[in-house]
Amino acid sequence: MSSPSGTPTKITQGSQTKGGIGESTLRPDGTLKVTGEFAYSSDMWHEDMLWGQILRSTVAHAEIVSIDTGEALATPGVYAVLTYDDLPTDVKNYGLEIQDTPVLAHGKVRHHGEPVALVAADHPETARRAAAKIKVEYKELPVVTDEASATAPDAILVHENRDDHHSGHVPHPNIVHRQPIVRGDVAKARERADVIVEGEYTFGMQDQAFLGPESGLAVPEEDGGVHLYIATQWLHSDLRQIAPVLGLPEDKVRMTLSGVGGAFGGREDLSMQIHACLLALRTGKPVKIVYNRFESFFGHVHRHPAKLYYEHGATKDGKLTHMKCRIVLDGGAYASASPAVVGNASSLSVGPYVIDDVDIEAIALYTNNPPCGAMRGFGAVQACFAYEAQMDKLAARLGMDPVEFRRLNAMEQGTLMPTGQPVDSPAPVAELLRRVKAMPMPPERQWESSEGADVRQLPGGLSNTTHGEGVVRGVGYAVGIKNVGFSEGFDDYSTAKVRMEVRGGEPVATVHTAMAEVGQGGVTVHAQIARTELGVTQVTIHPADTQVGSAGSTSASRQTYVTGGAVKNACELVREKVLEIGRRKFGSYHPAWATAELLLEGGKVVTDGGEVLGDLADVLEGEVVEVEEEWRHRPTEPFDLRTGQGNGHVQYSFAAHRAVVEVDTELGLVKVIELACAQDVGKALNPLSVVGQIQGGTTQGLGVAVMEEIVVDPKTAKVKNPSFTDYLIPTILDTPTIPVDVLELADDHAPYGLRGIGEAPTLSSTPAVLAAIRAATGLELNRTPVRPEHLTGTA
Amino acid sequence: MRLNFTVNGRPQEADDVWEGESLLYVLRERLGLPGSKNACEQGECGSCTVRLDGVPVCSCLVAAGQVEGREVVTVEGLAEYAKQRAAGGCASGACGTGLQDAQGWQAKGTDSQTGEGTELSPVQQAFIDAGAVQCGFCTPGLLVAADEMLERNPNPTDADIREALSGNLCRCTGYEKIMDAVRLAAARQGEAV
Amino acid sequence: MDFLRPASWEEALAAKAEHPTAVPIAGGTDVMVEINFDHRRPEYLMDLNRVGDLSEWEVGAESVRLGASVPYTKIMENLRAELPGLALASHTVASPQIRNRGGVGGNLGTASPAGDAHPALLAAGAEVEVESVRGSRRIPIDDFYQGVKRNALQPDELIRAVHIKKADGPQQFSKVGTRNAMVIAVCAFGLALHPETRTVRTGIGSAAPTPVRAKAAEEFLNAALEEGGFWDNGRIITPSVAKQFAELCSAACNPIDDVRGTASYRRHAVGVMARRTLTWTWESYRGARRASEGAA
Repeated sequence: MSSPSGTPTKITQGSQTKGGIGESTLRPDGTLKVTGEFAYSSDMWHEDMLWGQILRSTVAHAEIVSIDTGEALATPGVYAVLTYDDLPTDVKNYGLEIQDTPVLAHGKVRHHGEPVALVAADHPETARRAAAKIKVEYKELPVVTDEASATAPDAILVHENRDDHHSGHVPHPNIVHRQPIVRGDVAKARERADVIVEGEYTFGMQDQAFLGPESGLAVPEEDGGVHLYIATQWLHSDLRQIAPVLGLPEDKVRMTLSGVGGAFGGREDLSMQIHACLLALRTGKPVKIVYNRFESFFGHVHRHPAKLYYEHGATKDGKLTHMKCRIVLDGGAYASASPAVVGNASSLSVGPYVIDDVDIEAIALYTNNPPCGAMRGFGAVQACFAYEAQMDKLAARLGMDPVEFRRLNAMEQGTLMPTGQPVDSPAPVAELLRRVKAMPMPPERQWESSEGADVRQLPGGLSNTTHGEGVVRGVGYAVGIKNVGFSEGFDDYSTAKVRMEVRGGEPVATVHTAMAEVGQGGVTVHAQIARTELGVTQVTIHPADTQVGSAGSTSASRQTYVTGGAVKNACELVREKVLEIGRRKFGSYHPAWATAELLLEGGKVVTDGGEVLGDLADVLEGEVVEVEEEWRHRPTEPFDLRTGQGNGHVQYSFAAHRAVVEVDTELGLVKVIELACAQDVGKALNPLSVVGQIQGGTTQGLGVAVMEEIVVDPKTAKVKNPSFTDYLIPTILDTPTIPVDVLELADDHAPYGLRGIGEAPTLSSTPAVLAAIRAATGLELNRTPVRPEHLTGTA
Repeated sequence: MRLNFTVNGRPQEADDVWEGESLLYVLRERLGLPGSKNACEQGECGSCTVRLDGVPVCSCLVAAGQVEGREVVTVEGLAEYAKQRAAGGCASGACGTGLQDAQGWQAKGTDSQTGEGTELSPVQQAFIDAGAVQCGFCTPGLLVAADEMLERNPNPTDADIREALSGNLCRCTGYEKIMDAVRLAAARQGEAV
Repeated sequence: MDFLRPASWEEALAAKAEHPTAVPIAGGTDVMVEINFDHRRPEYLMDLNRVGDLSEWEVGAESVRLGASVPYTKIMENLRAELPGLALASHTVASPQIRNRGGVGGNLGTASPAGDAHPALLAAGAEVEVESVRGSRRIPIDDFYQGVKRNALQPDELIRAVHIKKADGPQQFSKVGTRNAMVIAVCAFGLALHPETRTVRTGIGSAAPTPVRAKAAEEFLNAALEEGGFWDNGRIITPSVAKQFAELCSAACNPIDDVRGTASYRRHAVGVMARRTLTWTWESYRGARRASEGAA
């Protein structure tokens, strides 16, 4: 097969400046992205390609009595219709950790929108019409939708005959995973408490709502294999799940990363990957699948909705005594990342505070609700919403300033986590709170102008609901802690292939990894690292594919740390080889080749004293140096299944927010005026990108504070708002100014001292906004998102 | 059905267009212009924004048959469009591009695989410089909308910018760098006068 | 699916007579969503963009004849003085891109209770000019909405224009959404003072199966204003009057619980908007009165 259009191109970026780490170099893919030439997965095109369409279940829980594909197959223009019976091998399920997700429903559907059949046709409308002609007869089953219905003694089991590695230790088969953490003596510590505060909190189901819909192109290859061009967060994880279902060895499933239109966790699981490959292999033609927004809401996992039950105690001088909590996460019909979400929720449930006596339990349920999995900050986001509400309640009960109360109890380097693991790098929690509080406040009543009220600055905005009536300002603070990287003993490595050669008389480095660039700017940083380590200006970023080893996932705030670390490591190995060549070629001309510490800078080999020994171009003339090497961070351990003890995490990331809101207290409409953030990033490899990540993460936290929620009907487990008409994400008129104060306290264990940064701002943003709304309204507000009816007593 | 219209100054013809197809689909799948993006296909995100006879619209909500004989400018033609506008002495904005003018120019293809050396419009350059691009999926629509606003209103206030871009969702940036980019483009445009 | 492209109004009427199931498309902001999301597959799609006079408006002595396809952006920019309520409502429609395409004809054709134009039209007073090959007629706006997404059109009729009374006093429009832009109304409220007839008219959106007027509230307020001599003395509206007006507006609602909001919230919010818009319009009326007295 010829190569399709829209395949990714190598991006070469030259730079007048040095362009190394610490500088705000510009994205190498920026020009392509602003001209519309950057090829996203939905832009792929191949001559003679077919369009794939997925038929999804219209009910949440049912036995499939029959599927009749006859009429669909007979439709002119239709090339294939596939159901479970057409799967080519015995491997018919996939999954990140537990392989419980059917490629196509077998005998039963477990959630609304589960894939049941596939169609390939010569036009998307033909495929849609044919899919609509497939007759599926369902016999509906009762739905399991919450903890009570899931764990009742006679509860219907979402998955029968479980034999996964969590099934042995869970108290009920409808619990995916359970992680208790017990430390100290809560009963005893409780006696020291002068005040005890309890709370029950609800966190709604959030959607990643990345803008680029799930899509890709599968091209059958002459060797019987398939080449998949895809938007994903982790090529090799996809590969490991796809190949067995297709009955192909992994080397016959080639994968190339297409342009990714955002991810935020929603592309960690497979969506249409296997479906496109199955159709391509069946028809012998390239098959493109593009979800529309409606289907996208069914095509990826969401953030776990959660119920959180907390009890905290404190002495009257403001010291926390103990904490008890129970976190119930709804994992929906399939496991996805639920076990890891449980691990994070439990181990980070205390927040960035010192509490020696804790009793923690986190569980994830199997229900017939939509499957939930990875989304930015998972587990930690839900916990932070609850523990920060508790901190405000405690401070209020003690008559203390909420920021001072937090500072008094803030963890620091050396503090033990509830898992017993010491925090062995800077933990500037109190400092971040101090900084965010010290930032100047936005002026009052900014909506007032000589021409009257500018409604765009008021709650309700252009909808013209208030000219200042009922508007009250509130200020709230929050701080959070997120683990960086994959935890609990996972072998969290990355691979980088770095090549150095002379092109056009100039030394050039090529960096090849399988890292999924999803918008975060990893490609920018890799070029910066190569420049810093190799002293070149020209760096080529090779498209990400499976021709190089795994980079791990673009998630858990880990890529700059882990793949950045792999690139740095590979560069160092390349540099050694280059210097060896230099010594071989030119060592006899200058003794420093043998004796001095040598660096590569500005295209030259220099001594640490700054003496130039030669041009890199001369050293590399006629030579190609290439290294491919895996790199891993410090190992972690699993948490003990009974006590939760263990050195489970690699690194932590901290951010604090101050939210200033104005609430129309009569209509219950909220305008966030400002969301200031202070975050420790260890070392800002690219300050412009760092601030961009913090502002973006902050805004997703704002969204789930005041508008974003997938609403599932509790009676039918069906999704009620699968569209951008009714699943609302913040517009530019909903998003305030976001001043950012970046702190750089190096973590000596990490490359360049950096800290993963992508997720922490999503944690504290939500509780800060909620705290500000509470301050404005005096209401308790134990759920997020807050809707107008919650603020007006009309829920 | 058959369709004839002008895209980025060039006459285009599409055959066998299904009557329910949108302008967005025709641009992306039939004319090889995937720059306009398919994020929601319900007019809620603005990522498919193009100019139809000079007016910014969501191309996903324009039926293909409705563009017969009309003029469309997409992100792929934005740099050239802005260049022609500047050459036409229209830096003061508020002049738009008349049909005759629109027919008088053509978008140039680019030979650069990597985009290096590509000529950009001021707003495109500002988006890169200000860090307003992350995943980039919202970028084409935002650029078309922002460019049109700066044409109408060369000295926008922050509230003006927010209002003009309120139909364009971005999920990555939190919009701050987009605000920076539009302010930067406006400032540079002002300096150039 | 067939695509019909009438070049004139007469051709459009003939086509609609021949194919009564043909779905007219102008801005496309409703129809295309339904097609893109596979909710609708009309036999015929009839493009009205080529019928030029649908995008034109005329300002007459008493009223504005607004072509069905005049985009909301044009209403905002050009008819703020004549149709202040509709101009405000137009400004709340979705996004700039949508306002550049969508027009009042689409709102009326779809007749969704959530259409942003409806409360403003009800409050201002309007007639919908519809036509078929059988002839033309004008439907008073009060008789236009017949049920959830049902209007008074016959299958062969098309909406040509709306005749809206020019404002003779202040008008306001408010809409509650859970986002500050680009949002479908949870509920909406329009209010127009008509000093010439010494009446007040209202319109409520998204809080009943159809857009409705709060007639009992209007009658109450008309009587209260008359009784208190407010139109002449220009006094501040008594809080108790405003409160009762608001309560009666709430009572005019017959809302449902849905994913956008609860019925209880909608009733509450309509009351708040009624009180606020009454205050704004009345203050504006008083200001104008004082200004004209000052000038005299």
